[in-house]
Amino acid sequence: MSEPDKSLFDLLAQRGVSRRGFLKFCATTASMLGLPPSMSSAVAEALTQAARRPSVIWLSFQECTGCTESLTRAYSPTIESLIFDAISLDYHHTLQAASGDAAEEARAQAMKANYGSYLLLVDGSIPLGEGGAYSTIAGHTNLSMLKEVAEGAAAVVSIGTCAAFGGLPMANPNPTGAVSVKDIVQDKPVMNVPGCPPIPNVIVGVVAHFLTFGALPELDALGRPKVFYGDTIHDRCYRRPFYDRGLFAKTFDDEGARNGWCLYELGCKGPTTYNACATLKWNGGTSFPIQSGHGCLGCSEPKFWDGGGFYTALSTPIQPVTGAAVTAALAGAAVGAAVAFGNQSTKGKAKAAHTKVTIDDLEKA
Amino acid sequence: MSAMDLLLWSRGPGLAIAVSIFAFGVVLRLFEIYSLGRKADLAKPRVNTKACAGATVWRRMLPDMHILRRSPITYVAGYLFHFGLFVVVFLYAPHIKLIESTLGLSWPALPSALVDLVAVLTLISLVVVLVNRITDPVKRLLSGFEDYLTWAVTLLPVLTGYMAYHHLMFPYQTMLALHILSVELLLVIFPFTKLMHAITLFISRWYNGDIAARKGVQS
Repeated sequence: MSEPDKSLFDLLAQRGVSRRGFLKFCATTASMLGLPPSMSSAVAEALTQAARRPSVIWLSFQECTGCTESLTRAYSPTIESLIFDAISLDYHHTLQAASGDAAEEARAQAMKANYGSYLLLVDGSIPLGEGGAYSTIAGHTNLSMLKEVAEGAAAVVSIGTCAAFGGLPMANPNPTGAVSVKDIVQDKPVMNVPGCPPIPNVIVGVVAHFLTFGALPELDALGRPKVFYGDTIHDRCYRRPFYDRGLFAKTFDDEGARNGWCLYELGCKGPTTYNACATLKWNGGTSFPIQSGHGCLGCSEPKFWDGGGFYTALSTPIQPVTGAAVTAALAGAAVGAAVAFGNQSTKGKAKAAHTKVTIDDLEKA
Repeated sequence: MSAMDLLLWSRGPGLAIAVSIFAFGVVLRLFEIYSLGRKADLAKPRVNTKACAGATVWRRMLPDMHILRRSPITYVAGYLFHFGLFVVVFLYAPHIKLIESTLGLSWPALPSALVDLVAVLTLISLVVVLVNRITDPVKRLLSGFEDYLTWAVTLLPVLTGYMAYHHLMFPYQTMLALHILSVELLLVIFPFTKLMHAITLFISRWYNGDIAARKGVQS
């Protein structure tokens, strides 16, 4: 889909992006990745060298295309989407012009030409149920295709929560037997970029990091790049001062909601969600869910569909406890009554066995 | 098991199990206590004994200067950590939300920075009472395994809650799960240890106040 002989800068110039604009993008990306300002030239250099632009294969499994939408539409037609046009994105269902055998042929060619060095991006979970029959592409199950393509990849990036943690398809009762990419690919570096969808800058940022340094950035325990998933939404939220002062919106339309108070009581999952929404924001830095008045759903965390209601506070139980407690209390009452009966009978027996001490007994002693 | 799995377990099945054991145990203990039975006192009471009983329940919450002079550390640190526990358990917004969701009762919360300060004071006083228990020869002699166990399960929820709030040691999800699990541990052992005093104090004070009033004595 790209023109491999031209440098990224040439391609961008063709599309009317100035050199200044490009360098600004590189500086922003460098600072977003937590790199010193001097590194922005390294980012620029890496991105403009055609020879170092690797082939990228994007596999879509059990997904909704929201991750691709996030990447291509939210920012279109900004530099980020052009970057993706400009890298050698050799296979992507939604974005590639080819279809059918031609598309699969493009994938085979890209794999052959760049074996061992291409970057594999995956969105969607992989169904294992019914032999993988729930989702197939060109007659191949998602599982076999992932294994085949991952074999020759330099690194794998799971885009979106479905690829990273199983997401919606894996939610209880997981009818398709869905698993995450990391459950399948264990012998390659796998980076998770979760979110439903992930923030476009984050997708571009981690790809830029890979292009610049030839390696994945530092990851947290869940395989997420620390630069973007190092803080919770809650800790970076502009509504945090209201939480600290104990000022909470009780409904979506009360005075607190209108005053922009904390949404904790309305079910905001910000405290347990690691993502960059509160700092990078969405739609070119315009806003993010909490800013538009809705609590965080926790979409970049594992099992976010199974974590209780989206509109119940984080500190509340995710399943009712009252029934169990009442049953247990009744059982306690029953056992207590039995114990009481036992105690009374012991007392009665003791009373019956009691013999009075007479003055004669005392004199004997 | 990931941190999220642990958190979801602690907020779901774990909580249901702990609350059930707590409810079972407390009701069982109350049955045991009340079924011991007392002979009815047929003498006409001199005063309104119910009012005196209620007054005793309240009066014994208040500081007594005489005991303060005799045992200042136990007294000050003891008061402080009990008061602190009340504040951190019942006046912190997320905790009120939990109570509201299960019992339907709700009241205003204190600012979290204030609750944070009280949590620190609570932790310090808990450490002070432990050091005092270990260094004081009489208290050490009187202390058994249960005393140290109840101290630990009282300290843990406050400590893990403080650590979760400040993102210490583990990521927030893990620490929050540990915090909830520590409270569940407290609930599980509560009815079967001297922690039960948080409920029985009302029974015993009431009884003492009532029986003393019958005899014309203020307790």
